[in-house]
Amino acid sequence: MPDEKFSAMRQSIVDGAPDTASGLAQQAVSSGIAPIDAINEGFVLGMHDVGEQFARGQMYLPDMMASAEAMRAAMAVLDPELKKLGTERPMAGIVVLGTTKGDIHEIGKILVGTLLTAHGFRVHDLGVDVAGEKFAAKAKELNADIVGVSALLTTTMRNQKSVIEAMELAGLRPQVKIMVGGAPVTRRWADEIGADGYAKDAMSAVDLARQLMAQKTNATVAEPV
Amino acid sequence: MRIRPKFQLLDKPLLERILDEAFQLIEDPGVRVAPYVFELLRGAGITVKDGVAHIPEALARRLLDLVPRGFCLYGRHGRPAVRYGGDDVHFDPGSSCLNILDPETQQPRPAQSADLVRLVQVADMLPQFAAQSTAMVCNDVPQEIGDWYRLLLVLWYSEKPVVTGAFSASSLHTLLDLLAIESGGREALRQHPRAIFDVCPSPPLNWSEFASQNLVDLARAGVPAEIVSMPLAGATAPVTLAGSIVQHAAECISGIVIHQLAQPGSPIVWGGAPAIFDMRTGKTPMGAIETAMLDVGCAEVGKFLGLPTHAYMVAGDGRVIDAQVEMESGMSTVLGALAGINMISGAGMLDFLACHSTEKLVIDAEAIASAQRLVEGVEASADSLAVAMFAQAGLQGDFLKLKETRALFRKEQHFPSSIIDRGFSSMDGSSPDILQRARQRIEELLSAYERHPLPPEREREMIAFAQREAKESGLDGLPEILRPEYAHEPGLL
Repeated sequence: MPDEKFSAMRQSIVDGAPDTASGLAQQAVSSGIAPIDAINEGFVLGMHDVGEQFARGQMYLPDMMASAEAMRAAMAVLDPELKKLGTERPMAGIVVLGTTKGDIHEIGKILVGTLLTAHGFRVHDLGVDVAGEKFAAKAKELNADIVGVSALLTTTMRNQKSVIEAMELAGLRPQVKIMVGGAPVTRRWADEIGADGYAKDAMSAVDLARQLMAQKTNATVAEPV
Repeated sequence: MRIRPKFQLLDKPLLERILDEAFQLIEDPGVRVAPYVFELLRGAGITVKDGVAHIPEALARRLLDLVPRGFCLYGRHGRPAVRYGGDDVHFDPGSSCLNILDPETQQPRPAQSADLVRLVQVADMLPQFAAQSTAMVCNDVPQEIGDWYRLLLVLWYSEKPVVTGAFSASSLHTLLDLLAIESGGREALRQHPRAIFDVCPSPPLNWSEFASQNLVDLARAGVPAEIVSMPLAGATAPVTLAGSIVQHAAECISGIVIHQLAQPGSPIVWGGAPAIFDMRTGKTPMGAIETAMLDVGCAEVGKFLGLPTHAYMVAGDGRVIDAQVEMESGMSTVLGALAGINMISGAGMLDFLACHSTEKLVIDAEAIASAQRLVEGVEASADSLAVAMFAQAGLQGDFLKLKETRALFRKEQHFPSSIIDRGFSSMDGSSPDILQRARQRIEELLSAYERHPLPPEREREMIAFAQREAKESGLDGLPEILRPEYAHEPGLL
């Protein structure tokens, strides 16, 4: 029977149905299914399906936003249960996000933040028109793994470089990975300004964040103690 | 008698509904505005609370009535070169691009001053472009002077009017100073404006500090402003085309309210660069047919109000010059012209406006020439359409010999440049592809290009001004105007 419940949880995410997902999470708790199992064997698999279907062009951005909302609804039930048990969901990484100084566009950044959260990252969104120093201060405060910088305009894209400079100035560059994105941003630009990665869309940003976390982990292991 | 074809997307009842909802929006929820205009708006009786202006319809309508129905931009020679208003249609190259398709490799790379100069010289030679644009951000020039330096290069290499814009509230005044030097003073610039400035609200319904200030300062300087409202249907605006057109109207009307309160009767254009938001990629395809429909629909609302209009069309989304890019560009060129939009920006651009190309610009010029021929329409002679010619040619049908044929074929037919393959054989029997033909065309245009210098005293004044401004930002020399070794010797122009 749990298998059927897990597949219903998975499907509720694919369907982008927050009420169903929340209801299934509550049922899981009341029927004694371990919250971590509900997450890993049910809801998270739904997010994987969504990612795959999006990559194949079978799902669209509004569908994905609905799936992320369903994931959030399920986690709103399950996170407190995990805490009661003295555990928490394994976290994929801490990300500080924002749009560059002078730029007030945030649709892309919101998409990235939503999907990163749905995929287990802890995301702190600084909003729009954010100066480099502010990125650095928040990254330091949260001990962030990744800083993500968005820009929509050709004129404000250059301020992504200022964020990297501010991170260097704060001495955070060795331990914090920086990823950049936005309509005018290219891989070449990312390389030119010394970012660690560039993502062309929200779903690739999730893959990129995972890769950067893997790089960080490997680097940590490789470093002499 | 000539019948001019027109394309109409919306009918009167729908236009009235769109305006009705736009007026509702500017009152409730209202429009986010910057502190720079709080007092200006409050002084007119508009409630501004928590940074949001609630604009009553009656006041907005009164201010809309003050906007000039038409005005001109002037060439350096002092004659009108662009007429905003009515159904006049003009084209200018796309603007503010960071990258260019390298002429040799056809790969995108950051644009340099030399690229802008090349594009400006080519556009100067093409009658299809009534105006220039500050087409690129030059990467060899410090960022903080990037906006006025582009304008300097355009003014230096072309006499055509310029569609431009400032990158900040303060730099607007540097651009205006530069234009005033070129025109012979601020009053001369006001009387015969050489440039129009794009000013962009942020969707949805937000006039930022920078944009608000530009509107006010342009109005007071008497230099035309062009609102470039950019609803992204489904992302920063309602997903429906009609809903996004309403938002565009609300952003334009609220911008006009700010502008006309600052200086009643100052010229302003109902313009935009709306686009759909692609729900698979999150991109904003400029070549999508729905984007063209938004452009036309938004312009129709402006025309319904009797205002001058602008749109961003003639751009494609592919990353290289290919069939997709030119198919998209050609379609929107024709639609924009048929819609009677006064200024259509975007030629030369591809890759979602991320890249410019001079090769594409000359190909687009052919689409523009065809569209211009299209809107000239069908000439219907009052005497006879065909019978009189048949009376001479009879059933033998030898029309080629008729004097009417010789007298009229140049009016009836548009002859494209060698970019368009009409089966005209090349001297060596080769069949160059479209890119080779575009390159040949550019070479022809550049070799025929001749710079028309400004009067010497104005040229010196511009150089002195530019050197002073450039020096402050640490730029040694004036790229593409003066080489660094001569930069401090203004006598050596």
